Amino acid sequence: MKCGIVVFPGSNCDHDCYHILKDVLNQETHWLWHKDDVDLSSYDLVILPGGFSYGDYLRAGAISRFSPIMNSVIPFAENGGKVLGICNGFQILVESGLLPGALIQNRTRKFICKNVYVRIESTDTPFTQQCGDKPIIQVPIAHHQGSYYIDPLSLNDIEERGQVLFRYCDAKGNITESSNPNGSVGSVAGLCNEQKNVMGMMPHPERCADPLWSNTDGQGIFQSLISQSRI
Amino acid sequence: MQNEPEITLQLVKDHGLTGEEYRRILNLIGRTPNFTELGIFSVMWSEHCSYKSSRPFLKNLPTEGPNVLQGPGENAGVIDIGDGFAVVFKIESHNHPSFIEPHQGAATGVGGIMRDIFTMGARPIALLDSLRFGEMEDPRTRFLLNGVVDGISSYGNCTGVPTVGGEVYFDSCYNGNILVNAFCLGLAKSDGIFLAKAGGVGNRILYVGSKTGRDGIHGASLLASSEFDETTEEKRPTVQVGDPFTEKLLIEACLEIMEFNWVVGVQDMGAAGLTSSSFEMAHRSEAGVRMDLSKVPLREEGMTPYEILLSESQERMLFVIEPGHEGEAIAILEKWGLDAAIIGEVIDEPGVRIEFKGKEVVNLPTFPVVDGALDLKRETKRPKYLDKIDQLNLKELPEPSRGDHAFLKLLACPNIASKEWVYEQYDHMVRLDTLVLPGSDAAVLRIKGTKKAVAISVDCNSRFCYLDPYNGAAIAVAEGCRNVTCSGAKPIGLTNCLNFGNPEKPEIMWQFEQAVKGIGDTCLFFDIPVVSGNVSLYNETKGEAIFPTPIVAVVGLIEDQTKIMTQGFKKPGHRIGLIGFTLEELGGSEYLKVLFDKTEGKAPALDRKNEKQVQEFCLELIQKGLIQSAHDCSEGGLAIAVAESCFATPEETLGAKLELESTLRGDTLLFGESQSRIVISFPEELTDQIKNLALSYNVDFSLIGITGGSKFTVSINGQEYIKQEIESIKNIWKTSLGRYAGQTT
Repeated sequence: MKCGIVVFPGSNCDHDCYHILKDVLNQETHWLWHKDDVDLSSYDLVILPGGFSYGDYLRAGAISRFSPIMNSVIPFAENGGKVLGICNGFQILVESGLLPGALIQNRTRKFICKNVYVRIESTDTPFTQQCGDKPIIQVPIAHHQGSYYIDPLSLNDIEERGQVLFRYCDAKGNITESSNPNGSVGSVAGLCNEQKNVMGMMPHPERCADPLWSNTDGQGIFQSLISQSRI
Repeated sequence: MQNEPEITLQLVKDHGLTGEEYRRILNLIGRTPNFTELGIFSVMWSEHCSYKSSRPFLKNLPTEGPNVLQGPGENAGVIDIGDGFAVVFKIESHNHPSFIEPHQGAATGVGGIMRDIFTMGARPIALLDSLRFGEMEDPRTRFLLNGVVDGISSYGNCTGVPTVGGEVYFDSCYNGNILVNAFCLGLAKSDGIFLAKAGGVGNRILYVGSKTGRDGIHGASLLASSEFDETTEEKRPTVQVGDPFTEKLLIEACLEIMEFNWVVGVQDMGAAGLTSSSFEMAHRSEAGVRMDLSKVPLREEGMTPYEILLSESQERMLFVIEPGHEGEAIAILEKWGLDAAIIGEVIDEPGVRIEFKGKEVVNLPTFPVVDGALDLKRETKRPKYLDKIDQLNLKELPEPSRGDHAFLKLLACPNIASKEWVYEQYDHMVRLDTLVLPGSDAAVLRIKGTKKAVAISVDCNSRFCYLDPYNGAAIAVAEGCRNVTCSGAKPIGLTNCLNFGNPEKPEIMWQFEQAVKGIGDTCLFFDIPVVSGNVSLYNETKGEAIFPTPIVAVVGLIEDQTKIMTQGFKKPGHRIGLIGFTLEELGGSEYLKVLFDKTEGKAPALDRKNEKQVQEFCLELIQKGLIQSAHDCSEGGLAIAVAESCFATPEETLGAKLELESTLRGDTLLFGESQSRIVISFPEELTDQIKNLALSYNVDFSLIGITGGSKFTVSINGQEYIKQEIESIKNIWKTSLGRYAGQTT
C-alpha cells in the first residue's frame, strides 16, 4: 500500500502514523508537505494526522482546510481515493466539507487524554472490514474539540446509510451517558462519507498498533486498508 | 536614545540593584552606564540570572561521571546512554509568573524548558511538572490549580511533546507563593550536541522565531528576584504570553537547521532575552558580538533599544552560523513560517557593541556583565523554629483502635488521591514512547531504534525539608532513585530546582545550605551526577516563606524495554512482600497533617547504605523476572502504598489482605513514612528464592499479605484494623481531586 501522510504546520501525530505504517506494518509511506500541490493518483491512502495544525487557532481545522495540499486531497477523495483523518485530521475533513457535521469543544471544556472503548458499528467499509473479530476495541483519545455534532435529522440519515463506524461505549459495548467522554451526539466517535472512501475518527488507532504495547486494537483499521489495496 | 532618563540612585534602586552593586559597575566599566546599559546590568545581575546568592553553595555538588557529556553551565545537562544516543534534561521554575497569571505563567514555563532542551540539538520527548499549591481551603487555590493545569495542557499538548508525569501537592505554606517547576527531557545523537557558543570572528548572529514585543520586560529581574507584596498584582505585565504553535514550528525548524555543520552555537532567548543570549554566548567563547537592533523583527513600532534588549517575548532563539550560509538558514526558517534575520556578527574583542538606527547604544565588556556580579557571601543561621517543632511526643497523640477512619481520610486527601484529573488533561501518549502511563512511581519512555528505555521521577517532600532541610533533601534524592528503580531502571543522573524563600535572611540561606549539602552528599554516595539545575529564591509573600522545596528529578536507564516494572498488582493470589523495615516514625507525615493538622517531629531517618541495598535488591528482582509489581512507600505509608498497588489501572482493581505482626503502634505501622521501603508482589512459588536473595543483600524482607478478593483488609497481630470494599475506596481515591477542582465557588 502506498500511503501519504500530510504534514501541516502543527501536525504532531504525523511521526506516529509514519512509525506504524512504515516501521510496524512495512508499508510504502511518504510525507506530503502542506504547501505543495501534489498528484496523488498513485496513492492508495492519504492520512491527515492528529495534532494542532495552525495551533487550532480560530477553530480546529478551520485554517488547514485552505492549505494548498487540500486542493489535491479534495479531488483525490472525490475520485474515490481513500482518506483517513485522525483527530485533528477528522476536524480538517469536517471543516473542508468532505465529512458532514462539526466537532465542538468537549462538554467538560477540558482536554481529555485517556483510553476509551469504541464499538465498531459497520465492517462494510474499506476502513473496518478486518475489524469483525473484535467488535469492541480499546483506543486512546486526546482532544479538546472532539464532541461530534450534527442535527438530529442528518444524524438519522448517516446512521441509516451506515456511515457511523465507531461509537463510544463501555467495556461490554453498552452505549451509555458515562461511556461518552466528550458529549458527542449519538456517541459518534468516527464516521465515513456516503461513498465510504473518506473516514474521520477522534480516537487514535496509531496509538494502539505497536506490538510493544499489550493493546494493538488499532491495527484492525490499518490492516483493513492494507488488505483492500491488494485486491 | 531620545529623552533617556538620567541615571540617579533612585533609578538604580528601581532596577533592583543596590548602591554597592552600582559602585561595582562604575568600577568595572570605568564610567557611568547609560540607561540601556543599566537595564542590562539590572537583568544580568539579578538573582535569577546571576545566581549571586546561591552559586557559592552549589560548587560542592558532584557534577561529573564517565557518561556525563555536559554538566551544569549550559542550557541543560547531557548524559550518554549508549547506542549513539544521549539524554538532555533540566528542570526550571516559573513560580512567580504562575501565581500572578496561572495559565500563561505555567504555559511559558513549559515553553522555556523545552527551548533549553532543543537548543542543545535534542528533540524533546517528555515533560514532567512538579506543582505546589496552597491549602484547598484557600479561595485562590482552585483558581490557580485550574489555571496552571490548563496552561501546561494547552502548551505541552500543542507542541506534541507528551507530559508523562510529575507531582502535585497542597500545603498552606504555598498559599501566597505557588511552585510550578517544569522538567523536560530530550533525545539527541551523542555526537550531535550543540552548545551556546559564538565561535570564530565573522560568524553571523541569526535571530529566529517570534517577533520581539514589549512583553516580559524585567520578568527575570523584578518579578522573579523579589518577594511578593501588595504591589505584586501590578507586575502582571511582566508575565510573558506564550504561543505553543510557534514553539512547535521552532522545534522542527531548529532541529532541521542543526543537521548542518555550519551551525556554530545556539542559545534560547529566555530570561533577560536578547541580552543574556548575546552576552553569554560571547563570553563563553571569549569573543565579542556586534549587533544592530534595527534589524530585529519587532512586533510593534517605536520600541527603544532598552525594550528590545530586555524583552522576554517567548519562542525566540539566537543562532551563530558560519558566514556564507545565511541564505540556506533563512530558507529553512521561512519554510516553517518563522521570522529570521541576521542581526550581527562575532567580533574580535571581548565586548558587546549594539547599534540602533546608526548610533551605538551599548558598548560593554562581557566579563562584568556575565560574571561580574559579586558572589554574595550570604550569612547563614539555624532557624529558631526548628527547636520548637522538633519534639513530637507520640504518647500525646490519641491512638485509634481501628485504622479505617484515617485510611479513608488519607485516600481522599489531595496529596494522596489520584492525580487523574490532572494528567488526563495532558497528552501523555503522543510520540508513542510512553511505556508506563502517568500514575506509577516513574514515567518510562522507550528510546526508539534501541532496546533501551528511560525512567523519570520528580520528587520532594517539603514537610521533611521544613523539619530538617539536610535530611529532607537527602530523602528527595533517595526517593527519586527508589522510584526509577521500582520501574526497573538504574539511576544515571539528576537535575534539581531549588525553591526557597528570601536569601537575604540568614535562616533561609541556612535551609538552602543544608538542602544543597543533603543533595550533594546523597548524590555522591549513590554516584549520581547533578548535570543541570535551577535556583528560585524569594518565594515569600509578605515575609512568609514557603517550606524549603528542593525538587529533584532523577533519570534512570533501562537496558531492556521488556523488563519494565509497574506498581499495580497483576493477579489474584500473588504474595505481597515488604522490602525494608518500619520504624516508629510519624514526624512530617501526611497522617499527622491530615488527622491532627500538625507538621512536627523529626523527618524519617535515612540510612543511605541500607537504601542502596534495598534499591539494588529490588532492581535484581525485576531484572531476574521474580516479581510482578514494585511500589515505593511514601506519603500515607504502607497502607496507602498497598492500596495504590490494588488500583492497578483505571479499569482493573484487585483486593488485598494484609496480616501484619508488629510491636509498633498501628497508625505508625500503617501510615508512618519510614524510608527505604518497597511493596512488591510475586507468585507464591518464588517466595523462598526472594527471601534468600534478600538475605544475600542483607535487606529486611517480610511477607505481609496476599492479593485478590473484593476487599482491602488489614489485621495487626491477629486483630482486624482496616476492612473496606476495594471498589468504594478506589472511587474515593480516584474522584476526590477532580471533585474539588471542578467545584465552582
